[in-house]
Amino acid sequence: MDPQGDAIIRVEGLSAGFDDGLLLQDVSFQVRRGEVFVILGGSGCGKSTLLKHLIGLYPPAAGTILIDGEDIVTAQGVQRLALLRKFGVMYQSGALFGSMTLLENVTLPLESYTDLPPEARELVARTKLALVGLEGFGRHMPAELSGGMQKRAAIARAMVLDPAILFLDEPSAGLDPITSAELDQLILSLARNLGITFVVVTHELPSIYAIADRVIMLDKTARGIIAEGRPEMLRDHSDNPWVRRFFNREAVSS
Amino acid sequence: MTPARLTERREEGGTVLSLGGRLDAYSIAAVWAEARQALVRNATQPITVDAGEVDYCDGAGVALLLDLLRQPRPAGAAVSVRNLAEPYRHLLEPFDPAAFAASARQEAARPSTVERVGRMAADLGRDLWEQVAFVGEGAAAIGAALRHPRRVRWKDALAVAQEAGANALPIVALIAFLMGVILAFQSAVAMRQFGAEIFVANLVGLSLLRELGPLMTAILLAGRSAAAFAAEIGTMKVNEEIDALVTMGLDPVRFLVVTRVLAGLVVAPLLTVFANVIGLVGGGLVMRSFDIPWVTYYRQLTTAADWEDLTGGLIKACVFGVLVAGIGCLRGLQTRTGAAAVGVSTTRAVVSAIVLIVITDGVFAVMFYYLDF
Repeated sequence: MDPQGDAIIRVEGLSAGFDDGLLLQDVSFQVRRGEVFVILGGSGCGKSTLLKHLIGLYPPAAGTILIDGEDIVTAQGVQRLALLRKFGVMYQSGALFGSMTLLENVTLPLESYTDLPPEARELVARTKLALVGLEGFGRHMPAELSGGMQKRAAIARAMVLDPAILFLDEPSAGLDPITSAELDQLILSLARNLGITFVVVTHELPSIYAIADRVIMLDKTARGIIAEGRPEMLRDHSDNPWVRRFFNREAVSS
Repeated sequence: MTPARLTERREEGGTVLSLGGRLDAYSIAAVWAEARQALVRNATQPITVDAGEVDYCDGAGVALLLDLLRQPRPAGAAVSVRNLAEPYRHLLEPFDPAAFAASARQEAARPSTVERVGRMAADLGRDLWEQVAFVGEGAAAIGAALRHPRRVRWKDALAVAQEAGANALPIVALIAFLMGVILAFQSAVAMRQFGAEIFVANLVGLSLLRELGPLMTAILLAGRSAAAFAAEIGTMKVNEEIDALVTMGLDPVRFLVVTRVLAGLVVAPLLTVFANVIGLVGGGLVMRSFDIPWVTYYRQLTTAADWEDLTGGLIKACVFGVLVAGIGCLRGLQTRTGAAAVGVSTTRAVVSAIVLIVITDGVFAVMFYYLDF
């Protein structure tokens, strides 16, 4: 494939980290429109940090991040708001607003950004909740639901405005295998039918094989990408033994 | 991209609503109302929604189609959709319009008045029961701590005492100074008409030592520390840290509450002494401006108030300290789940603490009156 392709996210020379040193150094990659892109790596390698940079929460130490051709690092005001509407984010723990019902959580973006009548907003929100298997839970408070259900509700909220990109931080962690597989199906169908681009941070190997078009693998000591490509290919043909172990789920000591 | 549009035309066998353009959440609002009105206008004939000219359709567009499909229609006047492009049909397929027919408002019926009253009574009863149980548990834990003082986590207690006590000095000083000045000034203005300014010292001394010193300190402690205890313990509860303590075999009451209650017991009287001194100095400053020298003010103070007044106030302060710290911890431990619950606990901690302070102060007033203290 043409590496330039139709890149919707373009990261160039990104360095990121906290006061006590850099976690990532000179990282460059591209996410193509409509693909399911998975970021993986061992614990503490900066996956979540990278994600938070991509969505503009942390300013990078160096480098540019272009979302649909616009720089999210330097965008300000109206431009930044327009940019933020191009993607939805599901946070690791859901981050639903505890003082609102599920339906209110999901309708909140519709209420602020569209002029849909209340009944229409409610219907849109209910279809999203139905998509993630939470029909009939609209009047529940987040605290009344299990962790997995909160996560699914968070996905519903992230995609209520049908953004072009969805960032998912550990979507299947804490879900039972069936729900997790259903979630994979949902991700695939949204990607194939709507052309939504997914950027997913996950550890779940079955889910990676099921959904990923392309993965990048980060490493703590390399402070950057050590492998890139299709997961099956990396599993069987990577020249890095650590990468093969990761995909074959082997302990390092064995 | 063209915005969403809707045209209506008659065809053999019914009305055709032709949808076109881009159906997304931002541009669909106008079409939505129009489409619904078209359905109402043609209530008795079949309607076909022709989606052939749709360029783009996402979740909001699907919701619009679903909304049209779910409307209750008489027999022979059904709504149907045709020509929806392949990828978008996949989006509509998973939904059964009938399932969305009922408004979500009916999902959870509001409980009846009887049920609500019952629940409130049960909540109240449980709260009372928890308070009684907590007082018992706390007393037992403190008893055990006094029998085995080495088991108390003194380092924690000291840290709490520093935060609740030493760090509260500026705000206590500010309020106490204000109380002293206001009391002295307001009474001096009235008493000067009788040439009795000197008796302002009696008023300021007695009311500060016996009542206002301990009371103001306790209320400040409630606002600062009871709230802090409730928020901290409440967040620990939300994060399952309390559960972790329990499964490690550590009693949360002994681990968290005893240290805080002991700190409150020590800190409240110390702060009260400090407040008394600052308040009296404030009063003295006002007296100076009424040409009464420090010495005269001091003499008058010592004849008006004695050690009994001071110790009476300090005993009250000790009790307030224990109550305020205890109620802060209790409200923290009662926290349910979620960020909002921590806020609720903090509010309840401050309100309960102030109510308790007022009630206890009343009890003390009656007690001191009969004891002639």
